[in-house]
Amino acid sequence: MSLNVEHHESRVLPSEKPVRLLDNAGHALRGPETGGFELPATETLLELYRRMVIARRFDVQVTALTKQGRLATYPSAYGQEACEIGVVSAITADDWFFPTYRDSIALLTRGLEPADILQSFRGDWHNGYDQRAHRTAAQATPLATQALHAVGLAHAARLRHDPIVTLTYLGDGATSEGDAHEAFNFAAVWQTPTVFLVQNNQFAISTPLSRQSHATTLADKAVGYGMPGYHVDGNDVAAMYAVATAAVDRARAGGGPTLIEGLTYRIEPHTNSDDPTRYRQGREVEHWKRRDPIERLEKYLVSEGALTDEVRAEIGEAAEALAARTREAMNEQPELDPLELFDHVYSTPRTALAEQRAALEAELAAHRTEEEVTAR
Amino acid sequence: MSRTATERAADAAAAAAQPMTMAGALNAALRDAMEADDRVVVYGEDVGPLGGVFRVTDGLQSRFGDERVWDSPLAESGIIGTAVGMAMYGMRPVVEMQFDAFSYPAFEQIVSHVAKMRNRTKGRLELPMVIRIPCAGAIGGVEHHSDSSEAYWAATPGLTVVMPSNPADAYSMLREAIDSDDPVVFMEPKSRYWSKASLELPVRTEPMNRAKVVREGTDVTLIGYGPTVRTALDAASAAEAEGLSVEVVDLRSLSPFDDETVSASVRKTSRAAVIHEAAQFGGYGAEVAARLTERNFFHLAAPILRITGYDIPYPSPKLEEHYLPTPDRVLDALASWEWDLA
Repeated sequence: MSLNVEHHESRVLPSEKPVRLLDNAGHALRGPETGGFELPATETLLELYRRMVIARRFDVQVTALTKQGRLATYPSAYGQEACEIGVVSAITADDWFFPTYRDSIALLTRGLEPADILQSFRGDWHNGYDQRAHRTAAQATPLATQALHAVGLAHAARLRHDPIVTLTYLGDGATSEGDAHEAFNFAAVWQTPTVFLVQNNQFAISTPLSRQSHATTLADKAVGYGMPGYHVDGNDVAAMYAVATAAVDRARAGGGPTLIEGLTYRIEPHTNSDDPTRYRQGREVEHWKRRDPIERLEKYLVSEGALTDEVRAEIGEAAEALAARTREAMNEQPELDPLELFDHVYSTPRTALAEQRAALEAELAAHRTEEEVTAR
Repeated sequence: MSRTATERAADAAAAAAQPMTMAGALNAALRDAMEADDRVVVYGEDVGPLGGVFRVTDGLQSRFGDERVWDSPLAESGIIGTAVGMAMYGMRPVVEMQFDAFSYPAFEQIVSHVAKMRNRTKGRLELPMVIRIPCAGAIGGVEHHSDSSEAYWAATPGLTVVMPSNPADAYSMLREAIDSDDPVVFMEPKSRYWSKASLELPVRTEPMNRAKVVREGTDVTLIGYGPTVRTALDAASAAEAEGLSVEVVDLRSLSPFDDETVSASVRKTSRAAVIHEAAQFGGYGAEVAARLTERNFFHLAAPILRITGYDIPYPSPKLEEHYLPTPDRVLDALASWEWDLA
């Protein structure tokens, strides 16, 4: 008697070789490497290209603004655009997205304004956009915690028979966290419509994947929870989009959660305060720069005749316009009201907070008077 | 939801005054809250067919079905984290941490998300959820089953932390906690689960953010919450025989702290002691003593005392009687003051 009586998708180990639809030279692949996934339509790929180019321009702009001191910090996703944009493009405006601090460019694709996305990194307030309006949770800083929120929200939606899907992003380091395990398990047990994207960019700040996990692939973890897992070339947006779309469709149809690992690379430092020369070789970065996700798709689109000079120019203009809007927004220094610190902690007013608010108000007034006297 | 004749009869019987345990009152509060609002869902470890290890959720799954009451996987961070997501979607989850010390895996979710979501989003996203935590000792529990973790939660801005001491408050405060748009850590003193009172449901007591003078006196104020309200009342009765008139305040809410009620009592009596099971160092009593001193220093005749557990891990069952603050220990502490009762 065989123990493997079922050959359900969730019992099959992901391929060790990542699923790939376009090779690094931009050639469409056939055969086992595609994992049975179809190359998305050229029109779709052109739109993904457009989103990636705009996202990168934004990312480069924000990194520059951070170096100029306009922002307190900015975790760049340069080089991870195929994961960031390809997967979030697979969900609809009605679905919910649970991002991390590194996923600002995915928020851009989600339709959020640069000024709103960057409010927290500029240091104005911890979260600068309307989560409900955009169906996009605050960018989580504590690792993997948001994955549980995604599972809970998906479960609530299912109980209400709302056909929505939740998507959450995690990094390779976050898969070591207990909350990642608990989120995978709850999602599988409850069969929630949740898609987990693990962006394996190979570093958790300085710690390499080899010190994070002994698994052959991070997607392998899915099998233990009883859900399908896919190990995908995270610099191939065609593959990321195709696999994510299949996972989202399956989730929406009641087929439960999926774990997708996108194998990619963090080109930039962890944040502007990191020093990658202490833990990795420049030639490794160069190696991955030659596997750039945007260039790969560009080669394919050019070979298909879909990316004309006209289209390229139009995309370039849109990217520059967004960069200008981002600069403009970050050059503004909005007046912050320190008294607002007390206003949102509880829905029920508290006497002690009112007293502390009044104390700060008096302190500010005294300070203003002092300034006026000095100015005279 | 259609009701069977048996259930209607049960409801009618419930309306008449009847002796009820605190566990029973909590169960009734959950049932009535679920009847009143279909956004209320209950889940946690063993809360379904078993009805929870203390039977507080007894019968709820058979009454409301497993889409409103269900057993979750055994993972506290997962329970709280998913409840955050459910509350974000407009549900009102009431989740159970099976025992005080088992809530610690959820510490990050509670402190970093439950407590901060409203402030982070400038009030655009509220988390109306209740985290029920059976707490404290005196039940002969083995290690990790008798912790008093209230100071951790009370020290976290964004959380509302309450602890009832009797069945009527248990019912009323749990209903109020479930109705609150703020997340509430609802602590249930295990040793009081089987205490009884005659209740006519739905009973409503004072608002849950208010302390209550449960015994009037003129010489000293004993401040307790949860399990130590009984300790204080017993000590007060014994002290009366010795000629001391003792006032007892049941805090009920640990965060917010009802300065008005407690300070008024302390100004009246000019002496105060706070009693809790948790260790003394950095415990909740330190906050009570500090803020009462700040506000009432010139009305005080003596330093405010803390009568608490020792600064040691909670002991094993055969030794817990030596750890817990008892009425005798309270009386000894009161005797340490200089009294001039003439």
